[in-house]
Amino acid sequence: MNSKPVNEIENEIIDEFSFFEDWQDKYEYLIELGKKLKGFPEDKRTDDNKVKGCQSSVWLVANRENGSVNYKADSDSTIVKGLIALLIRVFSGQSPDDIVNAKLEFIDKIGLKQHLAQTRANGLSAMIKQMKMYALAYKTTDEIASVAKQSQN
Amino acid sequence: MENVLTENIIDVNKVRKEFLILKREVNGYPLIYFDNAATTQKPYRVINALVTYYELYNANIHRGVYSISVEADEAYDTAKEKVRGFINAPDSKEIIFTRGATEAINLVAYSFGRQNVNEDDEILISAMEHHANIVPWQVLCEEKKAKLKIIPINDNGEIIIDEYKKLLGPKTKLVSVCHVSNTLGTINPVKEIIRLAHEKNIPVLIDGAQAVKHIRVDVNELDADFYTFSSHKMYGPMGIGVLWGKASFLEKMPPYQTGGDMISSVKFSGTTYNDIPMKFEAGTPNVEGAIGLAAAIEFLNSTGIRQIAEHEKELLDYATEQIKTIEGVRLIGTAKNKTGVISFIVEGLSALDIGILLDTRGIAVRTGQHCTEPLMDRFEIPGTVRASFAVYNTKEEVDIFIKELKKTINMLK
Repeated sequence: MNSKPVNEIENEIIDEFSFFEDWQDKYEYLIELGKKLKGFPEDKRTDDNKVKGCQSSVWLVANRENGSVNYKADSDSTIVKGLIALLIRVFSGQSPDDIVNAKLEFIDKIGLKQHLAQTRANGLSAMIKQMKMYALAYKTTDEIASVAKQSQN
Repeated sequence: MENVLTENIIDVNKVRKEFLILKREVNGYPLIYFDNAATTQKPYRVINALVTYYELYNANIHRGVYSISVEADEAYDTAKEKVRGFINAPDSKEIIFTRGATEAINLVAYSFGRQNVNEDDEILISAMEHHANIVPWQVLCEEKKAKLKIIPINDNGEIIIDEYKKLLGPKTKLVSVCHVSNTLGTINPVKEIIRLAHEKNIPVLIDGAQAVKHIRVDVNELDADFYTFSSHKMYGPMGIGVLWGKASFLEKMPPYQTGGDMISSVKFSGTTYNDIPMKFEAGTPNVEGAIGLAAAIEFLNSTGIRQIAEHEKELLDYATEQIKTIEGVRLIGTAKNKTGVISFIVEGLSALDIGILLDTRGIAVRTGQHCTEPLMDRFEIPGTVRASFAVYNTKEEVDIFIKELKKTINMLK
């Protein structure tokens, strides 16, 4: 499990971005994060795992570990990869419930919403939706399992 | 307004004064607008024409007996006449105002297409068409069980005429190609394309959306059967475009939309339709748009289309020379005959990233597929960065663009 709650990580990100003076610097940071994001399994680079944005492709997979969710993702756009890195930082290791309920206010607060999210181009909102869908699926599986367990008892 | 034109050269500084938007800053930098193939900025005289219309003589047309309605009527008719002269059409009744080139093509696909295309018939388009000149034909072909055939292009982005000739057959009911490619900038040899089709009595539609602001179009000389374009890509307002068609076709074609203005008489027992062009202009037309478009034509005429084309070609050559020297850059669209569009990819980098970063320096370029997805597939690329020039762009802007592009590439590598 991730030791920090979602909103704490969000606040850290907001803090980090507050040091940047202009958008060039913010993008430079995102590019840096994007370049560091590696290790997407090649065999998962399939159409099934693709989140479609208009101008960039994102591949996303998730798995469960001790009740928390982990994500791996990649994109042909380095800036989008930087965004993914931020999302993974917030979401990975969290419980399905926390992911589903996360409001992700940092996107608005660091100005990304205004700059990027309103365009279909980067597929940011599609990506968030897909990450939450995975969490929701795990959550539903848990609930079904728990109901089944209860009825057995 | 006095003419900006002085012989062969354009006084760009003077032209720029007419475009107030060019004075603004974006992200702290002066706006460099290089997305002119998507839409051009509007000169003050166009904006002023719209404002004057609403302030002084706004009224519905073709109905009123009162003075301002008659004035609006006259302005609308004058605009039609201006458009007629602009493309040298034989008669202004052949000019139909639409929402844009897209609607103009849809009108032909719906009206001419449904009347003349049947099972197993063929429609020919090229591999470089905009979605607006693909999808209406796809829908028609699906409905009629007809076939959409694609004229191939070479690696430079030019139509392969020999292949085109082979595709023209007894089943071909229409050829529909662009005059200028929005993605590649290629100027197609439309006169030759039309001549070859006419040898077999096949009508031709030319999508001129990207052409009219660079090329002096003469539909009569081209002998096209239909010619379409949009106002907003030629310094005019959005929301209005033109379908020109030969009267001999238009007169036989059924209406596209129905309602007021397009009728001659309506009884519950039946309706008779108006003559062209009214038959194809159902409802209250876009009067302000027509007036704005007329002002845009005045702007083009007084600046000189030939001079504009030369200026843009100069910018294109200047930018192409520099961009070619940047490592990893591959130009998409290297036709011998092309207008002010420069499309490129940078090896290993996403076009989207380049576009986003250039915007932080106030530079507006287009990235992606440019509504030509099949063309991207043809070149096996996901998309390009496209810079497209207009009369108000300068070599200094190209210099800044190149400098910032190099920085951007270094940042992403």
